[in-house]
Amino acid sequence: MPADAAVSVRGLRKAYGKVEAVKGVDFEVRPGEVFGFLGPNGAGKTTTISMLCTLVNPTGGSATVAGHDVVKERDQVRRNIGLVFQDPTLDGYLSAQQNLRFHAELYGVPKGAVHDRIRKVMEMVALWDRKDAKVMTFSGGMKRRLEIARGLLHSPRVLFLDEPTVGLDPQTRSAIWGYINQLRLMEDITIFMTTHYMDEAEYCDRIAIIDHGRVVVIDSPEALKAGVGKDRVQIQTPDDPAAIEALRERFGLEAAVHEGAVTFAVASGEQFVPRLFAELGIPIKSVSVSRPSLDDVFMSYTGSTIRDAEAGDDTMAWMRAMARR
Amino acid sequence: MASEAIGVRVPARGAGHDLRAVKIVLHREMLRFVNDRTRMLSMLVQPVLWLFVMGTGLGSLVQGSIPGVDYRTFMYPGMISMTVIMTAMFSAGSIVWDREFGFLREMLVAPVSRGAIVIGKCLGGAVVAVGQGIVILAMAGLVGVPYAPGLIVTLLLEMFLAAFTITAFGVTLAARMKNIQTFFGLMQMAIMPMMFLSGAMFPLANLPSWLHVLTVVNPMTYAVDPMRQAVFAYLDVPAAAEAMLNPGVRWFGFQVPVGLELGIVAGLGVVLLGVAVLQFRKAE
Repeated sequence: MPADAAVSVRGLRKAYGKVEAVKGVDFEVRPGEVFGFLGPNGAGKTTTISMLCTLVNPTGGSATVAGHDVVKERDQVRRNIGLVFQDPTLDGYLSAQQNLRFHAELYGVPKGAVHDRIRKVMEMVALWDRKDAKVMTFSGGMKRRLEIARGLLHSPRVLFLDEPTVGLDPQTRSAIWGYINQLRLMEDITIFMTTHYMDEAEYCDRIAIIDHGRVVVIDSPEALKAGVGKDRVQIQTPDDPAAIEALRERFGLEAAVHEGAVTFAVASGEQFVPRLFAELGIPIKSVSVSRPSLDDVFMSYTGSTIRDAEAGDDTMAWMRAMARR
Repeated sequence: MASEAIGVRVPARGAGHDLRAVKIVLHREMLRFVNDRTRMLSMLVQPVLWLFVMGTGLGSLVQGSIPGVDYRTFMYPGMISMTVIMTAMFSAGSIVWDREFGFLREMLVAPVSRGAIVIGKCLGGAVVAVGQGIVILAMAGLVGVPYAPGLIVTLLLEMFLAAFTITAFGVTLAARMKNIQTFFGLMQMAIMPMMFLSGAMFPLANLPSWLHVLTVVNPMTYAVDPMRQAVFAYLDVPAAAEAMLNPGVRWFGFQVPVGLELGIVAGLGVVLLGVAVLQFRKAE
């Protein structure tokens, strides 16, 4: 294991009573990369990030962040990380600048540098002209931008973003990604983020897919997609169980219903479609063929799509809500 | 591009850093208070109502039995303490509010000691409460209490002490609470009887013995009594009225000196502060 890993995790686990939210994960984040934690709600993303940020004590395993142990050197870790949570943690009654000043004092930013640093991070997220407005007058997107600025204020080595774009409109989401990309150029920083948006995971240098408290695979998005090697075909039929049965018997393909369509993976999808119509023996109402996406990667490793995985995971969602308090 | 970064290096934790944390938490309390005019106003209306409406009404009723003293003059130190106590409690309650709105998390994930945050909060509550108390102090002339510098300084110090302890008490209550309604419910339940039994509203002389016991064990009595003693020291009151209205606190015939009373309040404040810090350490 490289000694200078930004984040290094060994057999990390967390149990709440008898429920294991994180079942022993191992991974490493290299300095300077954008590392994504991808998984459905309740997969253990937030619990893992909370352990790395020293907010929750692990029940097993170990982790270091910026070279410091998250349990034994908690203050050292805290000094070296920036945090942006899913839920806002700003004081609405204070101005944007007052919120940042509070943070600067609490993190002991050298007095002479406070003003310049606040200005720099606020300019980065294009909020400097709103510095004296009370935060409660801000939109959700502005608040998130301000939180990102605040997370950067004390020049952390690692910035943790827990679902940084959840609940935001598409325009704001892309603006936030713009800041994140800009940030990598301007500051010497490692970014660790969680997301359950596939399209956002594409921006990461590497992603770890996490499901049911385990990391199932870690690689770059390109390598993961290339690894699937098959196209995704989705068909609409009047009788889905019969179609699945027919696919198995006649083509030897395993199919399942995902998002309301019979879905299966096959090499060279376009060339397969004519055969499908000719030989399936069941009427097909519509068909779509797509190149492997991260959705397919997710599906090939976990056996379900991320949206299916989220439906009916109430217990874990509840655990996560509890853990966040 | 990398050269553009104005990196800052965050120093290792030390006393100086904790002190900055105390100061900024205190500073925020004051900003919040100054920004919240409604709260300031409502905190003012209550004692004014008590003092000038209740005080005047009850005063005309009891006029005959306390010759030479305006009932409002008697109530005055009680109203100071009531204002200070309510303001301090509200300040402490903001911790629950901070938790509900997430800001507490911002404080608790910072690389500073829990002690610095709790001390900052308690000092903030105390300063804000004293600020509110000053407004009541300004009304002294209206109820026949002189504007003597010595009296004002004494009252300010006593207010600060009482407010600090009450904020520490409130923070201890608030440490685990998840919603603000529960906190204010509990606060009412705790503060009302303490207020009634503290001598803020009626003199503690000649009470039935069960009531006397309750007033003696009520910590707030020891915050209110020094203020009354201070005010009465600057008044010219007939001995009979003085004995009735300003009897002090007695433990089995032992007249408790003001110094000891203040010591009790201060000691309690320190203990509650410690408990609050422990609560926050555990709550993580």
